[in-house]
Amino acid sequence: MPIHQTIEGSFQLIGGNFSNAGDASIELKQKLTELGFNADIVRKAAIVTFEAEMNVIIYAAAGWLRYYITPEQLKIIVEDMGPGIEDIDLAMQDGYSTAPEWVREMGWGAGMGLPNMKKNSDVFKIDSVVGEGTTVEMIMYIQ
Amino acid sequence: MTINTIQEILEATIVSNTEDIDTINIKGACSADLMSDVLYYSSQDFLLITSLIKPQVIRTAVIAGIKIIVFTQDKKPDKDTIELAQQKKIPLLVTSFCTYTASGKLYQAGLAGIQKK
Ligand SMILES: Nc1ncnc2c1ncn2[C@@H]1O[C@H](COP(=O)(O)OP(=O)(O)O)[C@@H](O)[C@H]1O
Ligand SMILES: [Mg+2]
Repeated sequence: MPIHQTIEGSFQLIGGNFSNAGDASIELKQKLTELGFNADIVRKAAIVTFEAEMNVIIYAAAGWLRYYITPEQLKIIVEDMGPGIEDIDLAMQDGYSTAPEWVREMGWGAGMGLPNMKKNSDVFKIDSVVGEGTTVEMIMYIQ
Repeated sequence: MTINTIQEILEATIVSNTEDIDTINIKGACSADLMSDVLYYSSQDFLLITSLIKPQVIRTAVIAGIKIIVFTQDKKPDKDTIELAQQKKIPLLVTSFCTYTASGKLYQAGLAGIQKK
């Protein structure tokens, strides 16, 4: 299906809501598949949104996941109201995690979420204010 | 590698089946209990070996394109996890081998690991 104008949408995310955790990313993945994107881009986009979605659910009070699809690129912005990140360089390191034990028991807290987002996107930006929240912006180019 | 071969090698029981189960062709595998590690090593058409029996594993499978999940140490997923797997069409196997042994057996039978990219 050719894309002529910007296709956009958003999902609201609620902190601590593990029972639906991942549904926004799965829905976006479905949409990208229906739009006919190649499987590799769909998979990468799904991974980065899933990691960003999980961080909001694990660390923040609430947030929004927004996407903008044009013929050239897919942009994903995940913004939350939460504690923010004090040291972004440290948070970006492979394996760094402050996730508590109960989160690890659910399969999260490997400290690879932000690195996975960076690895699978063409442009990765993160901005955070302690006590206010965090915004992650990711762009994937579509050739 | 087909599901039949995998089931035989791991002496596994199928706890969630799908219609297209016989058409699945697994190209590689990884074993992990933390989902971001799974997402890091995942690639298309692969198999996940894990001892974590949570619905999170099914959602991760949908995201990452995991075709089959093998639960080790005889850990049986609960009803919710099985229901979600059926809804998302992800076959689930349970083996009594531990993660190390299950991985080793499949590797020895020629199923490659996912290369670090
Ligand atoms: N949205 C967020 N709000 C507050 N802190 C965050 C957020 N995202 C990430 N962090 C911090 O950065 C760390 C690393 O994040 P990540 O790479 O996703 O690994 P993990 O979530 O497995 O810990 C987290 O443990 C947490 O301390
Ligand atoms: Mg994370």
